[in-house]
Amino acid sequence: MHITPDTLIIFQWGPVSLNATILFTWCVMVLMVVGSWLITRKLSTETHLSRWQNLIEVLVTGMRDEIRDISSQDPGRYLSFVGTLFLFIAVSNLLGIVPGYVPPTSSFSTAAGLALCVFVAVPLYAISQKGLSYLKEYIEPSIFMLPFNIIGEISRTFALAVRLFGNIMSGTIIAAILLGIAPLIFPVLMQVLGLLIGLIQAYIFAILAMVYIAAATHVQRKEGETGRQSEKGDLSDG
Amino acid sequence: MDNISIIGAISIIVAGLTMAIGSIAPALGEGRALAQALSSIAQQPDETNTITRTLFVGMAMVESTAIYCFVVSMILIFANPFWEYVVSKAGG
Repeated sequence: MHITPDTLIIFQWGPVSLNATILFTWCVMVLMVVGSWLITRKLSTETHLSRWQNLIEVLVTGMRDEIRDISSQDPGRYLSFVGTLFLFIAVSNLLGIVPGYVPPTSSFSTAAGLALCVFVAVPLYAISQKGLSYLKEYIEPSIFMLPFNIIGEISRTFALAVRLFGNIMSGTIIAAILLGIAPLIFPVLMQVLGLLIGLIQAYIFAILAMVYIAAATHVQRKEGETGRQSEKGDLSDG
Repeated sequence: MDNISIIGAISIIVAGLTMAIGSIAPALGEGRALAQALSSIAQQPDETNTITRTLFVGMAMVESTAIYCFVVSMILIFANPFWEYVVSKAGG
Protein backbone atom coordinates (compact mmCIF):
# COMPACT_ATOMS: atom_id res chain seq x y z
CA MET A 1 0.00 0.00 0.00
CA HIS A 2 1.32 3.44 -0.88
CA ILE A 3 1.07 5.91 1.98
CA THR A 4 1.92 8.78 -0.34
CA PRO A 5 1.66 9.15 -4.12
CA ASP A 6 5.25 10.42 -4.14
CA THR A 7 6.48 6.84 -4.23
CA LEU A 8 4.20 5.91 -7.11
CA ILE A 9 6.52 6.29 -10.08
CA ILE A 10 4.56 6.52 -13.30
CA PHE A 11 7.32 7.24 -15.73
CA GLN A 12 11.07 6.80 -15.42
CA TRP A 13 13.29 8.57 -17.88
CA GLY A 14 16.92 8.18 -17.00
CA PRO A 15 17.55 10.02 -13.72
CA VAL A 16 14.29 11.95 -14.11
CA SER A 17 11.26 10.25 -12.67
CA LEU A 18 7.70 11.45 -12.89
CA ASN A 19 5.68 10.49 -9.85
CA ALA A 20 1.93 10.49 -9.42
CA THR A 21 1.88 13.70 -7.37
CA ILE A 22 3.49 15.81 -10.09
CA LEU A 23 1.47 14.21 -12.87
CA PHE A 24 -1.90 14.72 -11.19
CA THR A 25 -0.98 18.24 -10.08
CA TRP A 26 -0.32 19.04 -13.72
CA CYS A 27 -3.64 17.43 -14.65
CA VAL A 28 -5.51 19.62 -12.15
CA MET A 29 -3.65 22.72 -13.31
CA VAL A 30 -4.38 22.03 -16.98
CA LEU A 31 -8.02 21.30 -16.22
CA MET A 32 -8.47 24.51 -14.27
CA VAL A 33 -6.56 26.77 -16.66
CA VAL A 34 -8.14 25.41 -19.83
CA GLY A 35 -11.57 25.33 -18.20
CA SER A 36 -11.47 28.91 -17.00
CA TRP A 37 -9.98 30.04 -20.34
CA LEU A 38 -12.82 28.37 -22.22
CA ILE A 39 -15.42 29.92 -19.93
CA THR A 40 -14.03 33.44 -19.79
CA ARG A 41 -13.45 33.50 -23.58
CA LYS A 42 -17.00 34.60 -24.27
CA LEU A 43 -18.47 36.35 -21.27
CA SER A 44 -21.79 38.09 -21.63
CA THR A 45 -23.16 41.06 -19.75
CA GLU A 46 -26.71 40.51 -20.91
CA THR A 47 -29.50 38.89 -18.96
CA HIS A 48 -28.87 35.53 -20.58
CA LEU A 49 -25.78 33.81 -19.19
CA SER A 50 -24.21 30.57 -20.16
CA ARG A 51 -24.43 28.12 -17.29
CA TRP A 52 -20.65 27.92 -16.92
CA GLN A 53 -20.35 31.67 -16.59
CA ASN A 54 -23.04 31.44 -13.95
CA LEU A 55 -21.00 28.84 -12.06
CA ILE A 56 -17.85 30.96 -12.15
CA GLU A 57 -19.75 34.05 -11.05
CA VAL A 58 -21.28 32.20 -8.10
CA LEU A 59 -17.83 30.94 -7.08
CA VAL A 60 -16.09 34.28 -7.36
CA THR A 61 -18.80 36.32 -5.63
CA GLY A 62 -19.08 33.68 -2.91
CA MET A 63 -15.35 33.83 -2.25
CA ARG A 64 -15.37 37.63 -2.30
CA ASP A 65 -18.20 37.75 0.27
CA GLU A 66 -16.48 35.22 2.48
CA ILE A 67 -13.17 37.10 2.38
CA ARG A 68 -14.92 40.40 3.09
CA ASP A 69 -16.73 38.84 6.07
CA ILE A 70 -13.52 37.51 7.59
CA SER A 71 -11.08 40.31 6.96
CA SER A 72 -13.55 43.23 6.93
CA GLN A 73 -11.34 44.71 4.20
CA ASP A 74 -11.68 44.99 0.46
CA PRO A 75 -11.40 41.41 -0.87
CA GLY A 76 -9.71 42.36 -4.14
CA ARG A 77 -6.12 41.98 -2.97
CA TYR A 78 -6.65 38.62 -1.31
CA LEU A 79 -9.00 37.01 -3.81
CA SER A 80 -6.31 35.85 -6.20
CA PHE A 81 -4.25 34.10 -3.51
CA VAL A 82 -6.92 32.67 -1.22
CA GLY A 83 -9.29 31.87 -4.06
CA THR A 84 -6.58 30.00 -5.92
CA LEU A 85 -5.75 27.97 -2.82
CA PHE A 86 -9.41 27.07 -2.34
CA LEU A 87 -10.07 26.19 -5.97
CA PHE A 88 -6.91 24.13 -6.38
CA ILE A 89 -7.47 22.08 -3.22
CA ALA A 90 -11.17 21.67 -3.88
CA VAL A 91 -10.70 20.52 -7.47
CA SER A 92 -7.87 18.15 -6.63
CA ASN A 93 -9.92 16.61 -3.79
CA LEU A 94 -13.17 16.39 -5.68
CA LEU A 95 -11.55 14.67 -8.65
CA GLY A 96 -10.99 11.72 -6.28
CA ILE A 97 -14.13 10.09 -7.64
CA VAL A 98 -12.37 9.56 -10.98
CA PRO A 99 -10.99 6.01 -11.01
CA GLY A 100 -7.21 5.79 -11.07
CA TYR A 101 -6.77 9.33 -9.86
CA VAL A 102 -4.80 9.94 -6.68
CA PRO A 103 -5.39 13.35 -5.09
CA PRO A 104 -2.09 15.25 -5.11
CA THR A 105 -3.09 16.75 -1.76
CA SER A 106 -2.70 13.29 -0.17
CA SER A 107 1.05 13.75 -0.60
CA PHE A 108 2.83 15.62 2.15
CA SER A 109 4.93 17.49 -0.43
CA THR A 110 1.90 19.21 -1.95
CA ALA A 111 0.37 20.08 1.40
CA ALA A 112 3.69 21.41 2.69
CA GLY A 113 4.15 23.45 -0.48
CA LEU A 114 0.75 25.07 -0.12
CA ALA A 115 1.36 25.77 3.56
CA LEU A 116 4.72 27.33 2.72
CA CYS A 117 2.92 29.63 0.27
CA VAL A 118 0.74 30.80 3.16
CA PHE A 119 3.81 31.13 5.40
CA VAL A 120 5.43 33.47 2.87
CA ALA A 121 2.26 35.30 1.90
CA VAL A 122 1.36 36.45 5.43
CA PRO A 123 4.41 38.73 5.98
CA LEU A 124 4.35 39.81 2.31
CA TYR A 125 0.77 41.05 2.53
CA ALA A 126 1.39 42.65 5.91
CA ILE A 127 4.56 44.44 4.79
CA SER A 128 3.01 45.64 1.55
CA GLN A 129 0.12 47.05 3.57
CA LYS A 130 1.78 48.43 6.69
CA GLY A 131 5.40 48.79 5.67
CA LEU A 132 8.33 47.35 7.57
CA SER A 133 6.77 48.36 10.87
CA TYR A 134 4.96 45.02 10.68
CA LEU A 135 8.18 43.33 11.73
CA LYS A 136 7.91 45.15 15.04
CA GLU A 137 4.93 42.95 15.91
CA TYR A 138 7.30 40.02 16.31
CA ILE A 139 8.86 41.66 19.36
CA GLU A 140 5.52 42.55 20.92
CA PRO A 141 4.94 42.75 23.86
CA SER A 142 8.66 42.41 24.63
CA ILE A 143 11.83 41.23 22.93
CA PHE A 144 11.73 37.96 24.86
CA MET A 145 8.66 36.91 22.92
CA LEU A 146 10.54 36.88 19.62
CA PRO A 147 11.40 33.16 19.60
CA PHE A 148 7.89 32.23 20.66
CA ASN A 149 6.32 34.31 17.91
CA ILE A 150 8.58 32.68 15.34
CA ILE A 151 7.85 29.21 16.72
CA GLY A 152 4.16 30.03 16.54
CA GLU A 153 4.44 30.98 12.88
CA ILE A 154 6.31 27.80 12.01
CA SER A 155 4.09 25.48 14.02
CA ARG A 156 0.89 26.83 12.56
CA THR A 157 2.32 26.37 9.06
CA PHE A 158 3.21 22.80 9.96
CA ALA A 159 -0.26 22.25 11.41
CA LEU A 160 -1.83 23.58 8.21
CA ALA A 161 0.17 21.13 6.11
CA VAL A 162 -0.36 18.10 8.35
CA ARG A 163 -4.09 18.78 8.68
CA LEU A 164 -4.67 18.79 4.92
CA PHE A 165 -2.34 15.84 4.32
CA GLY A 166 -3.75 13.76 7.17
CA ASN A 167 -7.38 14.26 6.26
CA ILE A 168 -7.03 13.47 2.57
CA MET A 169 -4.56 10.63 3.15
CA SER A 170 -6.84 9.05 5.76
CA GLY A 171 -9.70 9.10 3.26
CA THR A 172 -7.60 7.26 0.70
CA ILE A 173 -6.30 4.70 3.20
CA ILE A 174 -9.70 4.04 4.77
CA ALA A 175 -11.15 3.44 1.31
CA ALA A 176 -8.35 0.97 0.57
CA ILE A 177 -8.82 -0.87 3.88
CA LEU A 178 -12.61 -1.06 3.47
CA LEU A 179 -12.18 -2.50 -0.01
CA GLY A 180 -10.58 -5.49 1.69
CA ILE A 181 -13.28 -5.84 4.36
CA ALA A 182 -16.61 -4.97 2.70
CA PRO A 183 -16.04 -4.43 -1.01
CA LEU A 184 -19.61 -4.11 -2.27
CA ILE A 185 -21.58 -1.04 -1.14
CA PHE A 186 -19.81 0.42 1.86
CA PRO A 187 -16.79 1.97 0.08
CA VAL A 188 -19.23 4.09 -1.95
CA LEU A 189 -20.51 5.68 1.25
CA MET A 190 -16.98 6.31 2.43
CA GLN A 191 -16.21 7.83 -0.95
CA VAL A 192 -19.14 10.23 -0.53
CA LEU A 193 -17.89 11.12 2.94
CA GLY A 194 -14.44 11.61 1.42
CA LEU A 195 -15.88 14.14 -1.04
CA LEU A 196 -17.47 16.06 1.81
CA ILE A 197 -14.24 15.99 3.82
CA GLY A 198 -12.24 17.10 0.79
CA LEU A 199 -14.46 20.13 0.25
CA ILE A 200 -14.48 21.03 3.95
CA GLN A 201 -10.70 20.78 4.12
CA ALA A 202 -10.33 23.04 1.09
CA TYR A 203 -12.66 25.54 2.76
CA ILE A 204 -10.81 25.33 6.06
CA PHE A 205 -7.41 25.72 4.42
CA ALA A 206 -8.53 28.85 2.58
CA ILE A 207 -10.31 30.25 5.64
CA LEU A 208 -7.28 29.69 7.88
CA ALA A 209 -4.98 31.30 5.32
CA MET A 210 -7.34 34.26 5.22
CA VAL A 211 -7.57 34.45 9.01
CA TYR A 212 -3.76 34.48 9.29
CA ILE A 213 -3.44 37.18 6.64
CA ALA A 214 -6.25 39.22 8.18
CA ALA A 215 -4.69 38.97 11.64
CA ALA A 216 -1.39 40.22 10.22
CA THR A 217 -2.85 43.04 8.13
CA HIS A 218 -5.61 44.53 10.24
CA VAL A 219 -4.55 48.09 10.85
CA GLN A 220 -6.57 49.46 13.67
CA ARG A 221 -9.44 48.16 15.66
CA LYS A 222 -12.60 50.13 15.28
CA GLU A 223 -14.54 50.83 18.42
CA GLY A 224 -17.61 48.80 17.56
CA GLU A 225 -15.71 45.81 16.25
CA THR A 226 -13.29 45.21 19.09
CA GLY A 227 -14.94 42.01 20.24
CA ARG A 228 -15.13 40.38 16.85
CA GLN A 229 -11.63 41.37 15.88
CA SER A 230 -10.06 40.03 19.02
CA GLU A 231 -12.01 36.82 18.65
CA LYS A 232 -10.48 36.33 15.22
CA GLY A 233 -7.08 37.21 16.61
CA ASP A 234 -7.43 34.41 19.13
CA LEU A 235 -8.30 31.95 16.39
CA SER A 236 -5.08 32.62 14.58
CA ASP A 237 -2.89 31.56 17.47
CA GLY A 238 -3.24 27.82 16.95
CA MET B 1 12.21 -12.65 20.63
CA ASP B 2 14.55 -11.40 18.00
CA ASN B 3 14.82 -7.77 16.99
CA ILE B 4 12.36 -7.91 14.11
CA SER B 5 9.51 -9.34 16.18
CA ILE B 6 10.16 -6.87 19.03
CA ILE B 7 10.11 -3.87 16.71
CA GLY B 8 7.09 -5.13 14.79
CA ALA B 9 5.05 -5.90 17.89
CA ILE B 10 5.91 -2.64 19.62
CA SER B 11 5.15 -0.61 16.49
CA ILE B 12 1.72 -2.16 16.07
CA ILE B 13 0.80 -1.91 19.76
CA VAL B 14 1.95 1.68 20.04
CA ALA B 15 0.16 2.63 16.82
CA GLY B 16 -3.09 1.31 18.27
CA LEU B 17 -2.47 3.01 21.61
CA THR B 18 -1.68 6.29 19.84
CA MET B 19 -5.01 6.31 18.08
CA ALA B 20 -6.94 5.06 21.11
CA ILE B 21 -5.58 7.55 23.63
CA GLY B 22 -5.02 10.38 21.22
CA SER B 23 -8.58 10.49 19.94
CA ILE B 24 -10.23 10.78 23.37
CA ALA B 25 -9.51 14.41 24.04
CA PRO B 26 -10.26 15.75 20.53
CA ALA B 27 -13.54 13.83 20.52
CA LEU B 28 -14.57 15.36 23.84
CA GLY B 29 -13.48 18.80 22.70
CA GLU B 30 -15.31 18.59 19.40
CA GLY B 31 -18.43 17.37 21.15
CA ARG B 32 -18.33 20.30 23.52
CA ALA B 33 -17.75 22.76 20.69
CA LEU B 34 -20.61 21.34 18.67
CA ALA B 35 -23.01 21.36 21.62
CA GLN B 36 -22.09 24.95 22.44
CA ALA B 37 -22.51 26.02 18.81
CA LEU B 38 -25.88 24.31 18.57
CA SER B 39 -27.19 26.05 21.65
CA SER B 40 -25.82 29.37 20.36
CA ILE B 41 -27.62 28.84 17.06
CA ALA B 42 -30.79 27.99 18.97
CA GLN B 43 -30.47 31.25 20.90
CA GLN B 44 -29.44 33.45 17.97
CA PRO B 45 -30.58 31.96 14.66
CA ASP B 46 -29.62 35.18 12.83
CA GLU B 47 -25.93 34.59 13.53
CA THR B 48 -25.97 31.07 12.09
CA ASN B 49 -23.52 31.87 9.29
CA THR B 50 -20.87 33.36 11.54
CA ILE B 51 -21.27 30.64 14.15
CA THR B 52 -21.05 27.86 11.59
CA ARG B 53 -17.95 29.29 9.98
CA THR B 54 -16.19 29.81 13.28
CA LEU B 55 -17.29 26.33 14.35
CA PHE B 56 -15.74 24.76 11.26
CA VAL B 57 -12.46 26.58 11.68
CA GLY B 58 -12.31 25.82 15.40
CA MET B 59 -13.19 22.19 14.87
CA ALA B 60 -10.40 21.88 12.33
CA MET B 61 -8.04 23.30 14.95
CA VAL B 62 -9.24 20.87 17.60
CA GLU B 63 -9.19 17.99 15.19
CA SER B 64 -5.60 18.57 14.18
CA THR B 65 -4.31 16.88 17.36
CA ALA B 66 -6.21 13.74 16.39
CA ILE B 67 -4.81 14.05 12.88
CA TYR B 68 -1.28 14.25 14.30
CA CYS B 69 -1.91 11.01 16.19
CA PHE B 70 -3.23 9.42 13.01
CA VAL B 71 -0.21 10.49 11.01
CA VAL B 72 2.14 9.17 13.70
CA SER B 73 0.39 5.81 13.81
CA MET B 74 0.43 5.60 10.00
CA ILE B 75 4.16 6.32 10.03
CA LEU B 76 4.63 3.61 12.69
CA ILE B 77 2.81 1.07 10.55
CA PHE B 78 3.70 1.90 6.96
CA ALA B 79 6.89 3.95 7.04
CA ASN B 80 8.67 2.93 10.24
CA PRO B 81 12.33 3.98 9.99
CA PHE B 82 13.51 1.51 12.67
CA TRP B 83 11.74 -1.35 10.98
CA GLU B 84 13.35 -0.50 7.64
CA TYR B 85 16.75 -0.20 9.31
CA VAL B 86 16.48 -3.61 10.95
CA VAL B 87 15.16 -5.21 7.78
CA SER B 88 17.97 -3.73 5.71
CA LYS B 89 20.52 -4.97 8.30
CA ALA B 90 19.02 -8.45 8.27
CA GLY B 91 18.74 -8.53 4.52
CA GLY B 92 22.18 -7.15 3.72
